[in-house]
Amino acid sequence: MTAANNDASPMDGAPVIDFDKFKPTRSFIAARKRKDLAMRALIAVAFIVALIPLFSVLITTIINGVKRLNLNFLSYNMTGVVGGNPTPSGGYGGILHAIIGTLEITFGAMLISIPIGLMCAVYLVEYSNRGRLARVITLLVDVMSGIPSIVAGLFAFSMFTILIGPGTINGFEGSVALSLLMLPTVVKSSEEMLKIVPHDLREASYALGVTKQRTITKIVLRTALPGIVSGAILAVARVIGETAPLLMTAGYIASTNFNLFSGQMTTLPVYVYQEYSKLNANCPANASAACVTTIPMERAWAAALVLILIVLILNLIGRLVAKVFAVKSER
Amino acid sequence: MGQRIDVNHLNIYYGDFLAVEDVNINIEANKVTAFIGPSGCGKSTVLRTLDRMHEIIPGAHCKGEVLLEGKNLYDKDVDPVAVRRDVGMVFQRPNPFPTMSIRENVLAGVKLNNRKISKSDADDLVEWALRGANLWNEVKDRLDNPGIGLSGGQQQRLCIARAVAVHPQVLLMDEPCSALDPISTLAVEDLINELKNDYTIVIVTHNMQQAARIADYTAFFNLKAVGQPGHLEYFTDTTTMFNNPQNEEAERYVSGRFG
Amino acid sequence: MSSQSKTAQQPVSGKNADKVFKGVAYACGILILVVLAAVALFLLFRAWPLIGGDQKANSDTISNFTGGKATSFWSYVGPLLFGTVLISTLALLISFFVSVGIALFISHYAPKKLATILSYVVDLLAAIPSVIYGLWGGLVLVPAIYPFWNWVAKYLGWIPIFAGPAANPSRTVATVSVVLAVMILPIITSMSRDIFLQTPRLQEEAALALGATKWEMVKLAVLPFGKSGVVSASMLGLGRALGETMAVLMILSPGLNYSVKLLQASQNQTIAANIASQYPEANDLGVSVLIGTGLVLFLITFVVNFVARKLTEKASA
Repeated sequence: MTAANNDASPMDGAPVIDFDKFKPTRSFIAARKRKDLAMRALIAVAFIVALIPLFSVLITTIINGVKRLNLNFLSYNMTGVVGGNPTPSGGYGGILHAIIGTLEITFGAMLISIPIGLMCAVYLVEYSNRGRLARVITLLVDVMSGIPSIVAGLFAFSMFTILIGPGTINGFEGSVALSLLMLPTVVKSSEEMLKIVPHDLREASYALGVTKQRTITKIVLRTALPGIVSGAILAVARVIGETAPLLMTAGYIASTNFNLFSGQMTTLPVYVYQEYSKLNANCPANASAACVTTIPMERAWAAALVLILIVLILNLIGRLVAKVFAVKSER
Repeated sequence: MGQRIDVNHLNIYYGDFLAVEDVNINIEANKVTAFIGPSGCGKSTVLRTLDRMHEIIPGAHCKGEVLLEGKNLYDKDVDPVAVRRDVGMVFQRPNPFPTMSIRENVLAGVKLNNRKISKSDADDLVEWALRGANLWNEVKDRLDNPGIGLSGGQQQRLCIARAVAVHPQVLLMDEPCSALDPISTLAVEDLINELKNDYTIVIVTHNMQQAARIADYTAFFNLKAVGQPGHLEYFTDTTTMFNNPQNEEAERYVSGRFG
Repeated sequence: MSSQSKTAQQPVSGKNADKVFKGVAYACGILILVVLAAVALFLLFRAWPLIGGDQKANSDTISNFTGGKATSFWSYVGPLLFGTVLISTLALLISFFVSVGIALFISHYAPKKLATILSYVVDLLAAIPSVIYGLWGGLVLVPAIYPFWNWVAKYLGWIPIFAGPAANPSRTVATVSVVLAVMILPIITSMSRDIFLQTPRLQEEAALALGATKWEMVKLAVLPFGKSGVVSASMLGLGRALGETMAVLMILSPGLNYSVKLLQASQNQTIAANIASQYPEANDLGVSVLIGTGLVLFLITFVVNFVARKLTEKASA
């Protein structure tokens, strides 16, 4: 690139560059490699660190939980349990009442939040045209998903004291609190699912002279159904482990209560907490050898194991539903 | 039998933006009319106003008249949903309902409209529509398979069967072959030739050879510049359009010397 | 088929169903606004005696709660708020780097199969109920972590926050923060992972084509792209930590001080755990006071979540 010929080249007069100057030195390259390796190592460590608590939680719960987890534990409630003494049935009390309470209260929460959440998502995706109201609702749904669970409990409690009367405690109150926590999750997941239904399908349906309502119910919702169901199951899995709001709304009793609308009701997470708070059971000096002082903790672990199993199974079902029944919309 | 469409002084807006300006066109019954023109000239938009499909886009509206056999589709007492049962539409990409079988796809228009239909009537309608769409022989043994499992060309013919099963008077087709391979395209073109005995057909196409092959009349849409409204530049029978156009822009466009 | 049959075949119009359906959908949208307003209103209404009621009775109730330590609402909620913010911030600090590390591992380092498994593991962590974290924290972590805190107090005790002696059992702010960090880790991880995965491939390849190492590519392309997303994920994690009740209630030995002695017991308490622990014994007025503190918590989480969402909105716009 010299100016030997007289043709004017654009490089005429350009500074001469010694590219060797910019070559990275060998030690610099090595340093970069070391840094790269170090970061890889750090990132791998981060992930191992995260695994420790997970496995510790799972393993300790399983090891401690299986000790008392048997048919007797699942089929009796806590009536007639005195201190660390065994009950006439041969067990040490159980969680039947808590399982029933959890199922009823969670079912109540589903009945409230799933229809409202789904229809809210339908409004946002199909009717709102992304106007101002829709943006406000979306923002508030996000804000709602950040409501602390204890505040949801306080809300349900305040609402029932004001509307029904002071000191109202029943299972349905717990359902209201849980539905407040479930609602944003249901709205969000349904919204996502409705959004990914191809627009083509709506157009095809409209072009057949089908009304908007039938297009939505029979084409859009039908196509999005597996995703919506999966989202709802995951939302249930999230609230089924809630404790704090149920402490103040549904209360705690030892016997089985089938009536969602009257009387206190125990749920599994609350049961775990109550047993944990008991620390030790009393065994009088003359008690038989069958009296176990550590029985509350053992019951807490066993109930925790049942709770974890329920949550994990729900998660598994939720994911499987989404995968197995997914509607293929593309070739 | 097909019905004719007369469009008078049609202006189409997206919100405040005038997308297509002052369209006047007379679409003959039982003929194939093709809309051609450069991208963005509004030919698809005009097509969609013929069955009020543009209204599902928020803010889209139009002024002027669209007369279907003399009856204005934009009269106050006309239900847009009912319009779409008289004027069917087939889309660019085949879009069978993924949750439905081939049979259910054909019956979708009737069933979604909450009509109870007896099994034998349904069987007849499915066979009639699939035969009409040249698809019967290919799928008659697997009517309960999902519609999404067919090939692209078959899917598009299934969509045509689905559209004719509602028994419209007019069929609108928005680039129905643009997502298909040449052989499937040929099958659909043959079908269009047969369908015009029973329906009035309006087709938007990017492919001028296709317009020359299948259309009786051709409308050339154009726009002055990007951002300007599109308009109908030239409308004539297909032979004239492609052999001896009396319009400079159209001549430049069909001879490939556009722009 | 002749066109005569057409009139007979005219389907039911369905116009009314259309209107009803739209109305219901619209109402459900509005209901979200109503519910959120109702939450605020019912809480305010129930907490009203605190503001409009007999102030003498109020201060009596509060000094009853605190053993005479505080007499006004603000001197009561002040230390609680301090404790809440302290514990959540610590949890966020612990969790942040680990979460971002795991997110990067999943999005850019791990082979695809391992990455899917890891994503499941992180989701699993998120699925475990907080009461079980509380149980695990109280019965397993508290004894297990004591030697470590003891070591920290011994060698780093000259830093005021690590001032010893380390409490045994270590039902302390430090231990609670670790448990909360584990609890918010999946939130931050999954959001960061999603945003890292969205890094434009072109930018990544541009960096690699310049001869960058993998870490340099991450630093040049991935981190700048994901920055605001990671920040808003952290805010959401913080929001979750602020409102966490059970884990704190079951692990922490509470106190009402403006203290940063992380390794000593009975120093701080959070609003949420305080509500849960005082609630069973509270009288009518006491409940009003607790709901008042709940409102403060609601406001703070509201602000934190609001900021987080605004950041996400900006990032995705």
